[in-house]
Amino acid sequence: MDALLAADSAMDSVKHFVNVLCEPHWFLIISVVALIVFLLGYRWFTKPVVAGAIAALGTLAFIVSCQDPNFVKIVQKADNVPIVIMIVVVSYVLWLAFRQAAINDKRLEEGKPLLEAGADDKVLVWPDLVYIELIALVICTAALIVWAIMLPAPLEQPADPNVAPNPAKAPWYFLGLQEMLVYFDPWLAGVVFPGLIIVGLIAIPYIDKNPRGNGYYTFKERPFAISTFLFGFVILWVVLIVFGTFLRGPNWNFFGPFEFWDHNRPAALLNREPRDMFWIEFLQRPIPGNYILRELPGILLLGGYFLGGPIILLVFFRRMYRQMGFLRYSVMSFLLLTMLLMPIKMVLRWTLNLHYIVGITEWFLNV
Amino acid sequence: MRLMNWVREGQIWGSVFRHGVPRDRRTRAMAILSNVFLHLHPVAIRKSGIRLSFTWCMGGLTFFLFLVEVVTGVLLMFYYRPTVEYAYFDIEGFRAHVTLGLQRELHRWGAHAMIITIWLHMLRVFLTGSYKPPREFNWSVGVILLVLTLLLSFTGYLLPWDQLAMWAITVGSNMARATPFVGYEGPGAAFIQIGGVPLVHAGSDARFGLLAGTFVGPATLLRFYVLHCVFLPVVVTVLLAVHFWRVRKDGGISGPL
Ligand code: HEM
Repeated sequence: MDALLAADSAMDSVKHFVNVLCEPHWFLIISVVALIVFLLGYRWFTKPVVAGAIAALGTLAFIVSCQDPNFVKIVQKADNVPIVIMIVVVSYVLWLAFRQAAINDKRLEEGKPLLEAGADDKVLVWPDLVYIELIALVICTAALIVWAIMLPAPLEQPADPNVAPNPAKAPWYFLGLQEMLVYFDPWLAGVVFPGLIIVGLIAIPYIDKNPRGNGYYTFKERPFAISTFLFGFVILWVVLIVFGTFLRGPNWNFFGPFEFWDHNRPAALLNREPRDMFWIEFLQRPIPGNYILRELPGILLLGGYFLGGPIILLVFFRRMYRQMGFLRYSVMSFLLLTMLLMPIKMVLRWTLNLHYIVGITEWFLNV
Repeated sequence: MRLMNWVREGQIWGSVFRHGVPRDRRTRAMAILSNVFLHLHPVAIRKSGIRLSFTWCMGGLTFFLFLVEVVTGVLLMFYYRPTVEYAYFDIEGFRAHVTLGLQRELHRWGAHAMIITIWLHMLRVFLTGSYKPPREFNWSVGVILLVLTLLLSFTGYLLPWDQLAMWAITVGSNMARATPFVGYEGPGAAFIQIGGVPLVHAGSDARFGLLAGTFVGPATLLRFYVLHCVFLPVVVTVLLAVHFWRVRKDGGISGPL
């Protein structure tokens, strides 16, 4: 009996620890560090034994977590099932890709032919490809039908404009954007940033002038391109979706995976602006009435970031600059800095409780 | 076996499939060349290109899921009326009243799956560097397809007309209100005016255009229905044709040079 109780309370403290680890700042930092460690050690991590062990540990953690009612409740919501599937599949294909990259990189070093080598080795589409397609199609159909039978499509109460659910969540694939709304005003999070994401994606092939790594898996030949893309894909896409789905509850408050969704917890308050920090706390003077003057510290900060950033980055990117030329480099560094603005603002929010960097509320022009 | 051979040598079979049984190189090539659907493929293909570990089959699965969405979508349209009075109850009745009423599940989970597969397709194209010349343009076509796929999901989300639908679309479309210059709460909108009369207000801004009103209402339902069932699928189909055409014209699935 005592042993049981002890085990129970040990379990509770583990859960509490996980809840704390899942708080926004820890969650983000841990994911970023995990990504970097993975990229640095991809040759080791993708070894079948290591990857298998990680997968087994993940499965075990999931099974143990399913003993907790709050966890089960959120994972089993029908519309959240695709996200669980997505996490599993993304982890798997990342392993698959980096496993092949590791093998290819080793072969490149040893001067051996690539996995994909033999451009002239052609096979006939009938039967080789057509049958693969047929089999994939049958498996996919079967899986989809099983999914459809097991899991009824959800339908809530009829639409009622007078009763707003709390939290009101966007469809899961937009939850990254909704998470951005916490840190940026809608004109940025909902309009400008999504637009820039689309433009930036389209721009990738025109910016990336590195001729190597075309048509085969590799990491060593294009480390910067792949790391940047994965930062966007894994951190700003998958992690923010996981965050928005599983950890955001009523009043858009954060809740740990083993925590009860308490509707009475008030929404977070934020009130610090650089203008206060600069004029009141630093210069100890009243805030000027003219809004340009008032926001000058923030404007200078932002301007310095976007104009000075590319120049400072040149220290690392000298070779790339020579390859790309001025225009490509400017576009690339602008997109890169914009992408990094997201985690930077998150960190500023958590550490300084910062509201806006530039807050010209008169024009709705807040950054 | 005899019967099969008899059928295959008869006039009917021969008129549909003009080549013989695909057993040697020539007839196998003909099997692809003389079939309008299989003709999406080249006759022969790089060995690495058909390895599942290279493409993960994700482009193909995305296309397949798109077809599933078309078929199940038509089955849904047979029973669904896009009006505030009927929409919810038409959806509610599927499992109960329609024989083999799985089309709603297939359509919904298929849509979720398609979003996952399209992202993974993009990830594999990136990780294999397949966007590099000469495939830059096809990557751009792909990004537009990605945006359209997300829009298809977004417009479809409203159609069940339940609380989830209405409020997800409300949250999503509220952002349009803040579009610079053309949303009435967006930066710069206040400057767009004639003689002190603002041109951009709640009844004329970007969100109004999206929702056909100042809130998610009956006109929004109809608008999203038309976009979801007619406009977006047609555009996606056209772009898919361009996408597949370009995969071939750019030299097939990429491989080391
Ligand atoms: C409705 C969505 C889409 C469908 C049905 C589709 C389908 C396909 C198929 C069947 C292929 C042949 C090779 C493969 O299966 O990987 C392909 C290749 C390709 N796709 Fe897509 N695709 C879609 C969206 C996209 C997106 C979002 C992108 C990128 C942003 C993209 C970029 C490309 C490129 C560059 C190739 C050539 C790859 C190579 O040659 O290795 N596609 N697509």
